[in-house]
Amino acid sequence: MKDLLFGDMWGYDPAPQGTDFVELDERYGHFIDGEFVIPEESEFFPSINPATEEPIAQVAAATEETVDKAVQAARKAYEKYWKKTKPAERAKYIYRIARMMQEKARELAVVETMDGGKPIRESRDVDVPLAAAHFFHYAGWADKLEYAFPGAQVSPIGVAGQIIPWNFPLLMAAWKIAPALATGNTIVIKPAETTPLTAMLLAEIIQEADLPPGVVNFVNGAGATGAAIVNHDDVDKIAFTGSTAVGKLIQRQLAGTDKRLTLELGGKGANIIFDDAPIDQAVEGIVNGIFFNQGHVCCAGSRLLVQENIHDEVIDKLKRRMSTLRVGDPLDKNTDIGAINSLEQLNRIQELIGAGMEEGAQMHQPDCDVPETGYFLQPTIFTDVTPSHRIAQEEIFGPVLSVLTFRTPDEAIEKANNTFYGLANGIWTDKGSKLFRVAGALKSGVVWGNTYNKFDPASPFGGYKESGFGREGGRHGLMPYLKLS
Amino acid sequence: MSDTYQTPRVPPIDQVGIEERAGRFKTRSIKKAAKKAGLNLAITMVDLTTLAGMDTPGKVRMLCRKARLPSQTLDTPKVAAVCVYPSMVPIAVEELEGTGINIASVATYFPSGQSSLEGRLADTREAVEAGANEIDMVINRGAFLAGEYVRVFDEICAVREACGDAHLKVILETGELETYDNVRLASQIAIDAGAHFIKTSTGKVKPAATMPVTLVMLQTIRDHFLKTGEMVGMKPAGGIRDAKLALRYLAMVKETLGDAWLSNEWFRFGASSLLNDLLMQLEKLESGRYHSSRYLSIS
Repeated sequence: MKDLLFGDMWGYDPAPQGTDFVELDERYGHFIDGEFVIPEESEFFPSINPATEEPIAQVAAATEETVDKAVQAARKAYEKYWKKTKPAERAKYIYRIARMMQEKARELAVVETMDGGKPIRESRDVDVPLAAAHFFHYAGWADKLEYAFPGAQVSPIGVAGQIIPWNFPLLMAAWKIAPALATGNTIVIKPAETTPLTAMLLAEIIQEADLPPGVVNFVNGAGATGAAIVNHDDVDKIAFTGSTAVGKLIQRQLAGTDKRLTLELGGKGANIIFDDAPIDQAVEGIVNGIFFNQGHVCCAGSRLLVQENIHDEVIDKLKRRMSTLRVGDPLDKNTDIGAINSLEQLNRIQELIGAGMEEGAQMHQPDCDVPETGYFLQPTIFTDVTPSHRIAQEEIFGPVLSVLTFRTPDEAIEKANNTFYGLANGIWTDKGSKLFRVAGALKSGVVWGNTYNKFDPASPFGGYKESGFGREGGRHGLMPYLKLS
Repeated sequence: MSDTYQTPRVPPIDQVGIEERAGRFKTRSIKKAAKKAGLNLAITMVDLTTLAGMDTPGKVRMLCRKARLPSQTLDTPKVAAVCVYPSMVPIAVEELEGTGINIASVATYFPSGQSSLEGRLADTREAVEAGANEIDMVINRGAFLAGEYVRVFDEICAVREACGDAHLKVILETGELETYDNVRLASQIAIDAGAHFIKTSTGKVKPAATMPVTLVMLQTIRDHFLKTGEMVGMKPAGGIRDAKLALRYLAMVKETLGDAWLSNEWFRFGASSLLNDLLMQLEKLESGRYHSSRYLSIS
């Protein structure tokens, strides 16, 4: 059998994005009450560039005392300014932040890539524009809240404590901050300890945008800092995006209090490919579903459910497509798959790949070069997976796809729903009636039809079951930050 | 009429998905040595074309000389072919003898093809007899849109036969087929009928070649190759005017069909003004600056 040759007859030269215009501080502290502060007794931890394994900055870990200062600042700003600020006035600030993010788009994208390992192509074309779009979107809602929920009186909740993950640091900050500001709340937000740098740049933007001091406060740190926010008596609402295990812990801690809570947790999304699907576009959707951001996506399409009669065709096409993916320096504009976010995460992914092989699934990786330094991993797929395999059940959060088959739409629905998660699914078929029927039967917050991993500020996002509750984005995304009466 | 040919079953195309995938090739950054190699490769793939009612022997001679020696100052390869109307083929034959440059002619009553099959076959034979070794034919879009797929297949088979040893490029005129599903089906029919190349457009209808349309055709070629082991060539034509766009097309070929198609045996650009922009960009790589277009000969 002849096959296509994806060789190096006409190789692309490296096209590295310049970094010389980026000015990072050696040390970062917190942004509290409109000022950047580093408490004297601070302990520091490094933020590491996963592509080079080099530390790029030292970041202070906030103690309970520091968190308390941030919450007090937020409370004061809430009572003194923010809840009295006219909605149209709030909109101006949010709009200004969005514009300034666009002006600094290049810098934000480069730092996002250096800090997190994602390809510059994605941070430049997805993360930063989408983050700015969220601010633009919610700037528009600020003075229209009474029309968003006709008949209801709306008022802000107060001080929101927000904890965001390392996979989309800037975008998640935007998802959390924009609706909270639009609805009149003040904020204490904690970026992830491995990727705090773009949040610090966002804090600079917020300072330059001249928001009243204390309206948005950033505190850095790991789990202990997060716990201090969650348990602080003067926080009215917690919004958390991250792992299901931590989400459960938070929910337990908040039980019995009157703090509001929204959780956006893990997922094990199914991409369902029917035999009448546009196959080439479906293959592209599979690649985008699982290899986008190295698979560090809570709604990643990490389970491929493919109709039995086209299994071989789809897998052949998928393997061929995988062999054209370029793994390497995330700052190279031609890189498709960058570095795994941290050594810890790389080890966890490799442990699960080992489990997949032990349990008898067939592993496939393309024959591609991977840099020796840095936390890199080839894109990986497993065939011959059954629903009882660990790799079919557990969230891997890496570029690892598990392939299962089905024969009828009902079987596809049953298998797709056979998970304790419920965040996102994809359906691929040329038949609209089938698409809508299956979509209605899937227990997940998002169902994409003939596409995958599409986000828009106007479209709500959130989970079923252990993927959490509450919605972010769109009109729905206002609700967790409002009291309706 | 063929009584055995069945309308082929082709996979559906999702418009949003194919356009998004084609758009991805635009983000490939091609620089330095890769850029130089790509520009030179693109020159070897050009079918230098003049297809105007006002063509004269003088114009065709000028074009042939440009094809042999694209630049006075740069050491570049020659183009793949010169493409002219059948009446101009003898002039091209005279000018290109011994150069290895192919002579392509648009036969079958290009660009509409709206005449009797006998007439279109005669047009083809005439061009071949005059010395054309590549024939660019237009398909019967009227028949295709009326659902007469077997007729379209039969007509291509007949033209292929009339071509003799000349290579046949089948122009689908994708701008008139309108949907990607139609493009996919027409590509398959042309391949089944024995096309050596499939080609997007005449250049007389807008939109002419686009990246998504070309990608649909490349995927048809790929699937046919994987099924049968036979290679078919691809020629986007019309609207590819600058080097940047040409390099994007090459990236698309490289990542869809692989290295084997990165040659003028299997990939061509139907263009007239592309060549000068390729030369301009090569000059820029050599000297570090752009020079005025007055230093380039017109084509």
